[in-house]
Amino acid sequence: MKPILEARNISIRFGGVEALKNVSLGVSPGEVLALAGDNGAGKSTLIKVISGVYHPHAGELFFDGAPLHLRDPQDARAKGIETIYQDLALADNLDVGSNIFLGREPMHRRFGVNVINRPQMRKVAREVLDRLDIVVPEKKLAGPVRTLSGGQRQAIAIGRAIYWDARVLIMDEPTAALGVPEQRKVMELIHGLKAQGVAVILISHNLHDIFGVADRILVLRRGELAGERLVKETDGDEIVRLMVGDTYAATKTATAT
Amino acid sequence: MTDISIDDQLGRIALLTRLWPWLFLLTLLTFFEIWAQIEVGRSFLFNAYNAQAILLAASAPLLLATGQTFVIITSGIDLSVGFVMGLAAVVVAQVTLLTGNTEIALLVGIAATLLVCAISGWISGTLVARLGVPAFIGTLGMYGVARGAGFLSAGSGMTVSIDNPGLVWLGTGWVPVIVTGLLLLIMHFVLSQTRFGQYTYAIGGNLQSAARAGIDVKRHLIKIYILSACFAGIGGIVYTARYAAGAANAGESMLLDSIAAVVIGGASLFGGTGNVIGTLIGALIIAVIQFGLIFIDVDAFWQFIAVGVVIILSVLIDQYKDKLVRAA
Repeated sequence: MKPILEARNISIRFGGVEALKNVSLGVSPGEVLALAGDNGAGKSTLIKVISGVYHPHAGELFFDGAPLHLRDPQDARAKGIETIYQDLALADNLDVGSNIFLGREPMHRRFGVNVINRPQMRKVAREVLDRLDIVVPEKKLAGPVRTLSGGQRQAIAIGRAIYWDARVLIMDEPTAALGVPEQRKVMELIHGLKAQGVAVILISHNLHDIFGVADRILVLRRGELAGERLVKETDGDEIVRLMVGDTYAATKTATAT
Repeated sequence: MTDISIDDQLGRIALLTRLWPWLFLLTLLTFFEIWAQIEVGRSFLFNAYNAQAILLAASAPLLLATGQTFVIITSGIDLSVGFVMGLAAVVVAQVTLLTGNTEIALLVGIAATLLVCAISGWISGTLVARLGVPAFIGTLGMYGVARGAGFLSAGSGMTVSIDNPGLVWLGTGWVPVIVTGLLLLIMHFVLSQTRFGQYTYAIGGNLQSAARAGIDVKRHLIKIYILSACFAGIGGIVYTARYAAGAANAGESMLLDSIAAVVIGGASLFGGTGNVIGTLIGALIIAVIQFGLIFIDVDAFWQFIAVGVVIILSVLIDQYKDKLVRAA
């Protein structure tokens, strides 16, 4: 299938440090692409380029085959590239509906003035959670989201992205802060997104998660592409080897001798 | 079954922590009412003079507290409001006098005052939002600047007397109370029903998420500090109207009352919560304590202790409330 989003030969420098060197990636609708790599390998930098936070010094982005120039994250969101950050970026003091609509509140006229359409926000909140099969009692739906569990909050962040018709969904360590049952729930959600034709880019430290849900794995090492594998043609050992590279090989030789 | 009852119990406690300012105000009024009936043989509350005096006393701190509510919801604080109020009280008198002391001159004076306040708020807001100065320090700087500017504008006498029919009307009887009430209603609407209000809460809840959601956080914060300074300015104008004189220290004692009203009204200094009606109740509690203690002939200094205790109590309740939510 033709990739919905493509990055070609991306390079970016911070001061004298080359954070990304000539990295390319592509992701198709309904595909889950995992980004693997050690700390500092450039995973976060890469997704920040794709989501419009950083501007690459070299290389190009393509969306649906056409060149894509992102001035800022709003630009990316307008295109349907949504990012779910590790810290979820929810306003803890606001309710579910307010978080889904944050920055894009629906308005209606009351007493001759435009006011926020809270009934619609509540209705959509319920719909979004139902669609993801997340159970939240009515009372908590209208309360601040800080009273919800980590998994429920993660679901709200995902739900927000889907509601706004994300075509590419970037997820940074979506299970890092969750308990095991909730991790499973999030994995299910990702499977669901795949079925709906959303392209997912997943950053994770957890190889178990990656092998559970991804189709393809792209491994970064010190800002460079260390390798790209289809999940069904690789295993954890190979991915780890690609992640740590020579260092790992060296230790292995050392122990062998 | 047990889950539901625990849930209900938590719900009831949460409701109580939300409603306690109302209950407290009611208790205070009942206490003073009973005392008045027994000791003086007349009503404390249902007596036009007392009711008006309490509401008038609450008006100026309430105007300051209304702007302060927005600032505190964003997890900021505006320490400059007291002396911005004083500066405004002097400026409105001076400009009106300088432009001929007519009705038109009064309008010019009011416009000039609001402009001066807007500039002061813009400076505070820019310091906090764009230059990264902590709100406490940035507005403390403006506290000093407004204080000095107020006394300098007032000249040697420190106060500027003014006799202007329009201004006299503005300060007569229920007019300041009605003006304050209307502004309060408008700001309650803005905070609870508009995007401006929604973004104010969002910024206080999680500044980063607000920014990522596409809200121009810096611009919004600057607007809020301008709003706060303008409400302080309106407080100053009302002061000058009531006393037919603008004084540079008009709002000196009102700064802490304004913060206290917001906190008693249920706002957290960590941001994200609070509302205008809560602030109204907070201001009324302070005014009733101050007026009531004088009424029952307790030494005036007890007011400070009583208000201080109420502030501490409200902060404790706020923290306890958070613990309950986390436990649930």
